[in-house]
Amino acid sequence: MHSAAAAPYEIVAREDFSDVTFLLEVRHPLMARAARPGQFVIVMARPEGERIPLTLADFDPQEGTITLVIQAVGKTTREMQQACQVGAGLHALVGPMGIPSQIAKISAAAKKVVCVGGGLGVAPMFPQARAYKQAGAYVIGVVGYRNKDLVFWEDKFRGACDELVLCTNDGSAGMKGFVTDGLRVALEKHPDVAEVIAIGPPVMMKACADATRARKVKTMVSVNPIMVDGTGMCGGCRVKVGDKVKFACVDGPDFDGHLVDFDDLMARLTRFAAQEKMALERWLDSCRMMKPPAEEPAELPDPFEEVRGG
Amino acid sequence: MPERDPKERARSFQEVACGYQPEHALREAERCLLCPDPKCIEGCPVSIDIPEFIRRITAKDYRGAYDTIAATNLLPAICGRVCPQESQCEGVCTVGESLEPVAIGRLERWVGDLALAEGWSSAPYIEPNGYRVGIVGSGPAGMACAADMAKAGCDVTVYEAFQEPGGVLKYGIPDFRLPNPVIDAEIENLRKLGVKFECNTLVGRLFTLSDMLDEMGYHAVFIGTGAGYPSMMGIPGESLNGVLSANELLTRCNLMRARDFPKYDTPLPAGKRVAVIGSGNTAMDARRVSLRLGAEKVTCIYRRSRAESPARAEELHHAEEEGIEFHWLTSPIEILGDADGGKAGNVRGMRCIRMALGEPDSSGRPRPVPMPGSEFEVATDIVVYAIGTNANPIIGQTSKLSLNKRGYIETDENLATSMAGVYAGGDIVTGAATVIEAMGAGRRAARSMKKYLGIYQEDSDSKAERLFGIPVYEHNFARLRAA
Repeated sequence: MHSAAAAPYEIVAREDFSDVTFLLEVRHPLMARAARPGQFVIVMARPEGERIPLTLADFDPQEGTITLVIQAVGKTTREMQQACQVGAGLHALVGPMGIPSQIAKISAAAKKVVCVGGGLGVAPMFPQARAYKQAGAYVIGVVGYRNKDLVFWEDKFRGACDELVLCTNDGSAGMKGFVTDGLRVALEKHPDVAEVIAIGPPVMMKACADATRARKVKTMVSVNPIMVDGTGMCGGCRVKVGDKVKFACVDGPDFDGHLVDFDDLMARLTRFAAQEKMALERWLDSCRMMKPPAEEPAELPDPFEEVRGG
Repeated sequence: MPERDPKERARSFQEVACGYQPEHALREAERCLLCPDPKCIEGCPVSIDIPEFIRRITAKDYRGAYDTIAATNLLPAICGRVCPQESQCEGVCTVGESLEPVAIGRLERWVGDLALAEGWSSAPYIEPNGYRVGIVGSGPAGMACAADMAKAGCDVTVYEAFQEPGGVLKYGIPDFRLPNPVIDAEIENLRKLGVKFECNTLVGRLFTLSDMLDEMGYHAVFIGTGAGYPSMMGIPGESLNGVLSANELLTRCNLMRARDFPKYDTPLPAGKRVAVIGSGNTAMDARRVSLRLGAEKVTCIYRRSRAESPARAEELHHAEEEGIEFHWLTSPIEILGDADGGKAGNVRGMRCIRMALGEPDSSGRPRPVPMPGSEFEVATDIVVYAIGTNANPIIGQTSKLSLNKRGYIETDENLATSMAGVYAGGDIVTGAATVIEAMGAGRRAARSMKKYLGIYQEDSDSKAERLFGIPVYEHNFARLRAA
């Protein structure tokens, strides 16, 4: 039987990967059963909060939970980092949204696929890699982090991939370089790759699409524009794909990376930059008043990162 | 009806029309001729017995007036505010032939407000019949259908994707036109009838229509998901920052309370000059919301003239009073950005062209024709699109329902879809229309669903129909016996 809206949605587990990245496991049996790789959810942490889209990082129909990996960069996600402890709940959680990634079609012939996850995109890449593996594909994972301390889920990926290329920007773990370097290595080694899937910040997905364009390898990317409802109603998430305008929430979020206008996507992500900056500063001010100044993080991440969710 | 001063109200989200006092209502009610052959009832999409409820107001039987309305319309406080009465009941009012028509909508609203204030509800004695009905979408169509099915004794659950029920009434129509407490009170009335609301549920993706009919055990399903998917024009500059749909603006402001940013986290685009394209009710709402959010100049860009404007007369009038600048017979041809090449830029203006009205087109309205050489620029920081919507694709993507070529759900005259037990109504069938038409569709679908389930309807025209020699309204028993 159905038990969808037993709000608040309870957080049953949490893991902190670094001082900015954390994982939440939320109970939602129906969604855990319905979710497919490539889909996303919209979360409202509290009644006064905003609706933020987050790509599903995992789902477990047996346990009845879904997994989100969040990077605390803007006001909402930093607030969530503080408030979302085990036992607490989310005010709203709706999904799974978007068209699931088309996995069965390509992998039926046991083709080779490269799954590229960069930064926070590593997390939502995992269910896709696993699904390709289960569908019989030869999966080459390429995951990238800034440095050794930010590496997470390496073992999960090793389990889901036939080969794994781990990249760090400073070379402190795996190979030194960006995921695009890792992607090039993979493509050199396997000239017969049938498909590349890239998830991460738009600039990374753009670089991946550029890297595969000359080789004419099909490249799917998962875009992450600003959204309100996630049901095709507001049009805030529109992206240019080829000569068409598509809504990421109901027509995507997966699109052909060679057709997506990434410059347009990146420009549209800055729509509320001023407001986001103001909200974050206000919130940090209020935190300063509540706490000793020592807890203030030394470096402010880019506040625009927030909307890129993952 | 008393209204707030245009200058003062244009900066506040308080309701514009203050509503009648009892003496206003009585005075207005007495103007009704109580025609023996009332045309107003025919003008009403849900056929409220208008002369009867007005007669009861004059007799000071206010509860009776409410019961008369509630017999066909469960949501008078909402319909009294948002129906386009001038093209419905008031448009055909006999008094209106020579004088101002009787203000039926305002009287209805007054009765509805009174009922909410007094806590009246029309909840009858309901005998559960064991049928389970699922409703997709908690907007006006879903609410009306839910009410009828619950009254018939069904166990009704309404699913909503947003975090609060109400659909377009909540996210779309702003507070100064339809205050949220009114919607909440009407939803509370539905709860009293036993209707359950499940929010944060995206039907189609969380579970499908087939799941509802199979493992979730619903005997019938109604789809009232609305149209939604906003149209753009496809002119250059539409991806500039500062261009958004009226749906987005209104949802941010109304449902997500962005007008109280930063107390609420949802932001709004900033800009002192706002140009809204289109002239329907949504466009008027977007304009008047922008004004209340602090815009200094709000313009209306519409390719036809005032006479063709599809907005409710009262909304147009209110917008004019509040100082909206109207550019009739004007169509945008390009949105101008402040950066070279238009990329990564913000809106700085819009290039428009003057139009002239030509021969009537397929909609019967005169076709606007551009006048060569009449291009001019409008300076603006924000461009809002309110030029209509297309069908929401989610139900189509996740079910095998047949859709028409524009993506709307195909139904027969009883609002039955191609899937047995699944009915649909409202904007997702007809394309964008009004709240009351959606409610009317919800009620019509409820009638068909009752017939499908074999629930006896007192006024049913199906009494004579017999299937295998058994009256249709006794299908129930036949099915039980067969089982």
